[in-house]
Amino acid sequence: MRVPLSWLRSLVPGLTAGVEQVAEALVRAGLEVELVHRYGHDVEGVVVGRVLDVEELTGHKKRIRYCHVDVGARVHEVVCGAINFVPGDLVPFARPGALLPGGFRIAARQTYGRVSDGMICSEAELGLADDSAGILVLPPDSPVGTDVVELLGLRDEVLDIAVTPDRGYALSVRGVAREVATAFDLPLHDPGLLAAPTTSGGHTVTLPDPGCDRYVARTVEGLDPSAPSPAWLTRRLTLAGMRPISLAVDVTNHVMLELGQPLHAFDLDALQGSVVVRRAVAGERLTTLDGQDRALDPDDLLITDDRGPIALAGVMGGAETEVSAATTRVLLESAHFAPSSITRTARRHRLPSEASKRFERGVDPDLAAAAAEAAVRLLVELGGATSGPGTDVDQRVPRGPIALPVAHPGRVAGVEYPRETVVRRLEQVGCVIAGEEPLQVTPPSWRPDLTGPAELVEEVIRLEGYDTVPVVLPVAPAGRGLTPAQRLRRTAGRALAASGLVEVVTPPFVSPHALEVLGQGHHEAPALQNPLSEEEGLLRPSLLPGLLQALQRNVGRGLHDVALYEAGSVFRGRGSPAADVPGTDVRPTADQLAALDAALPLQPRLAGLVLAGRRRGRPVEVGDAVEALLALAGSMGLELTVATGDVAPYHPGRCARLLLDGTEVGTAGELHPRVVASLDLPPRAVAAEVDLDALVTAAVAAGPARAPHVSPYPPSSVDVALVVAEQVLAADVQRTLARSAGELLEHLALFDVFTGPQVGPGRKSLAYTLRFRAPDRTLTDAEVLAARDGAVAAAAQEHGAVLRGA
Amino acid sequence: MPTPDYDPKQVALLDPSELEAARDAGLAALGAAATLDELALAKTAHLGDRAHVSLANREIAALPPAAKGDAGKRVNAVRRALQEAFDARREALELERDARVLVEERLDVSLLPGLVPAGARHPLTTLQERIADVFVSMGWEVAEGPEVEHEWFNFDALNMPADHPAREMQDTLWLAPEGSGLVMRTQTSPVQIRSLLERGLPCYVVAPGRVFRNDALDATHSPVFGQVEGLCVDEGITMAHLRGTLDHFAQAMFGEGLRTRLRPSYFPFTEPSAELDLQCFRCRGASAEPGAEACRVCSSEGWIEWGGCGMVNPAVLRACGVDPDRWSGFAFGMGLDRTLMFRHDITDIRDLYEGDQRFTLALGTEA
Repeated sequence: MRVPLSWLRSLVPGLTAGVEQVAEALVRAGLEVELVHRYGHDVEGVVVGRVLDVEELTGHKKRIRYCHVDVGARVHEVVCGAINFVPGDLVPFARPGALLPGGFRIAARQTYGRVSDGMICSEAELGLADDSAGILVLPPDSPVGTDVVELLGLRDEVLDIAVTPDRGYALSVRGVAREVATAFDLPLHDPGLLAAPTTSGGHTVTLPDPGCDRYVARTVEGLDPSAPSPAWLTRRLTLAGMRPISLAVDVTNHVMLELGQPLHAFDLDALQGSVVVRRAVAGERLTTLDGQDRALDPDDLLITDDRGPIALAGVMGGAETEVSAATTRVLLESAHFAPSSITRTARRHRLPSEASKRFERGVDPDLAAAAAEAAVRLLVELGGATSGPGTDVDQRVPRGPIALPVAHPGRVAGVEYPRETVVRRLEQVGCVIAGEEPLQVTPPSWRPDLTGPAELVEEVIRLEGYDTVPVVLPVAPAGRGLTPAQRLRRTAGRALAASGLVEVVTPPFVSPHALEVLGQGHHEAPALQNPLSEEEGLLRPSLLPGLLQALQRNVGRGLHDVALYEAGSVFRGRGSPAADVPGTDVRPTADQLAALDAALPLQPRLAGLVLAGRRRGRPVEVGDAVEALLALAGSMGLELTVATGDVAPYHPGRCARLLLDGTEVGTAGELHPRVVASLDLPPRAVAAEVDLDALVTAAVAAGPARAPHVSPYPPSSVDVALVVAEQVLAADVQRTLARSAGELLEHLALFDVFTGPQVGPGRKSLAYTLRFRAPDRTLTDAEVLAARDGAVAAAAQEHGAVLRGA
Repeated sequence: MPTPDYDPKQVALLDPSELEAARDAGLAALGAAATLDELALAKTAHLGDRAHVSLANREIAALPPAAKGDAGKRVNAVRRALQEAFDARREALELERDARVLVEERLDVSLLPGLVPAGARHPLTTLQERIADVFVSMGWEVAEGPEVEHEWFNFDALNMPADHPAREMQDTLWLAPEGSGLVMRTQTSPVQIRSLLERGLPCYVVAPGRVFRNDALDATHSPVFGQVEGLCVDEGITMAHLRGTLDHFAQAMFGEGLRTRLRPSYFPFTEPSAELDLQCFRCRGASAEPGAEACRVCSSEGWIEWGGCGMVNPAVLRACGVDPDRWSGFAFGMGLDRTLMFRHDITDIRDLYEGDQRFTLALGTEA
């Protein structure tokens, strides 16, 4: 809402404060002043001058005139290129030293052989218009020597206020003026108190639907359709951000801006029969003012006449009954509509209008008659019209008072407000107060948002000032700290970072194409109804698309060694829609809550990672990804086992499955060459994904780790080199050794992998070191060799391993 | 076998002047040894089996008992002097050798093997943890909720029924099909509802997380951004407690003595409602004074818009089965991205979501 300060001053005549103070007071009262626009402040020293004589200078390429201009104090000589004035005309004259928009300073100068001691100004030169044909000739009654900017009211400030949905009243100069009057403790000149004549014999109006509980219709006849809007009116509208159109439209807009009551003007000659406000019937259509032919919904509230719909109530008028350049008879509508009905219609037809914006937030239903009267008076005064008969159908249900214990506002604020303070503040808002304890508070008609004690409490505290509320730190009961799951998720992130991975946070929107490229079905991915972009209409069922996009971006920016991870929710499947959505008056039942949760898709938290380029002095390989996941699980006290896999989007020979107690919790692999090619990724990039929730759940269930028995006796180590077929997994051999080496085995590690002619084609040598130790004695060589032989025998049996050098 | 008439002064090896000469020669040789090897040779020559002092020592046995004591004292004094000289010289030479080896072993310590790559966590993650820690230290707990949420949690229970204009304040991303009732949560506030329903009272929780809006991505807007929600419901909770909590939070995050400011505003789920401003942590409000030096952090406003807050609307409490006549509470929410942006001079919000590893690496510290 743009509110010119001059307009505010007209309603708060005692207001002397400057625009900064007014803006500050409004902010303190809860009206957010986003911007203050200033107009006419860059013009000074321009006064009304009378042209005394005009001499045409000849011998130049264009017509040039030499004039004398009387500004009262003295007569200036001036050279001027404009020709649209005659001696005796009053013109804006910029004296030497005057300032024009853009910091242009006027000075006396020599030109065309004469002295030019000032400048006669056009509208454009004064910053009033973008261009103008000649200089501005002022009305003949303008006093010579007066400041033109002040005379024309050009100097003004406009407060640009962001109005929250509860403050419908602030979408009017009247509403803002009330806050200003309260803040500065000044009387308000309320234009809403305009007395309307008792109306009778007017147009027949019936209101069969509760969506409209008041409708004032006034007729105006004999309107001069050519009568222009006066400068003050177009100036006000322009400053308020509206475009002047015609007198009838400008007048209704002016009343709406001042009072907050949207009006609609129908061409009375285009109307047939009585006005009925009702819901649409299936199949009805209406062409609105914007030229759109619209199919109406049975929920749309309509203004109709005998032929059918003539307006979408409170949203937009119809084209057929629009006021035109030939209209002389007008029916003015000033009505009150139910906010929720207007909201639905405006949203359904995507038609947010100045009118719907106000009706949605609630218009003062008391205003209808005064607003119509204000418009009629302007049309009579400015358009030569005469006031015809009127109708006022009033079916409002009176609002009851709200019971408010006197101490309630203080209890919320944490201060004690005396009774007088509470009463005074509520009266400033416009409430009528009766009763002792509790107070019986009847809110004013323009505050439909004041529906209960909580809203009244806010009014008291807000007007007292939030800065007067004390500062006290509450003492919470002793807490339990982070949950084990929350701590484990932190641990997981630190483990991934410790593996040299850099965390990214990517948006969760993906395209079906991105999933297809990765060989992942997209039937599982939930779809958005109104996605940000047509392509990325799905929610990610996997972290990989986002990670690969981030990888591409890094590579595109010239980074070659890239290692990224993300930990976050993915979305899979569809829940079953909740049939019974609970109300909000009481706590929902357990069944209702379960149904709401069952409507949600699965949203497991995963960790994903992607690596490309070099790492540890060599190109990245699938082992890097597997190792990172093992380290992640290890940080949570879990041990994953590695198995070969063959799943998209991985290279079928370089893909691992990660199992936790036999259940798959993740996959890792080198990206399939086709994926690498189609996404233009660095060759041999690797990726992995693991179910973080599953790991966290398992780690929480496992409970605290058990301490080992730390033996003080000396260890005994032996190395074995086993030759196996190439496709045998090192991890499997190691598992077998660990299982079969007996209880004395303390540590087992692979320290060398070797292929070559010595071990034969299709085979590899795996060298392990085994460290044995007993808890209670020093081991003998015989014991150690027996344990080693047992492990080697098991490896031979399960994997065909042959002890090298044996 | 001692010889009774044996005169020790007749034994040349024991002659005092001979002994003195041997001592002086030994001391000179030991002192002149320039290396440990030379020192070893000098030791053999002057303290070894064939050295003067050793041979003299052997002669003592042949002396009459009366002369033994005197001769023994003289020989021992010489031996001790030589041994001490040797020890001192050896220590000096060893120190010299050690110092030389340490010099020779010098390495360029700035040459790094470069095998362990650096990783880092995202600043949004570490910020969320920092905030959680501030509140956990006060006895609050950390609550969570899903990112795809039912509109009952995201809107209805927060006092935003279907036709409420406040729903238009947030451009909501809805899940298909039409009428699914599911949204990408537009705020972390639905976690308030879940907390009140699941945790019981009193309830002190903070809930950091991601939220979503149908907003185009530009330098200052992202369709995905972080928020942190706080909720306190207990007996006797007032707006003064809200102010106290916000001041404490602001100071824990941005420094001692910083103040917050509340401006009346509107949110359906709080009443009274307020916008929350933070005193600029850089200029502390000084830049707003006339003629003061401009401040880039707050655009010389002196205050930074930080979030929204208010007293929990009784309608919200009722929807969760909480009796508003007995319990009251406050709630607040602020943007994590904004908090990060002004804490770290980030000028483009896209940096947070594009995944450029240079960005995260630079901001990945947990301080």
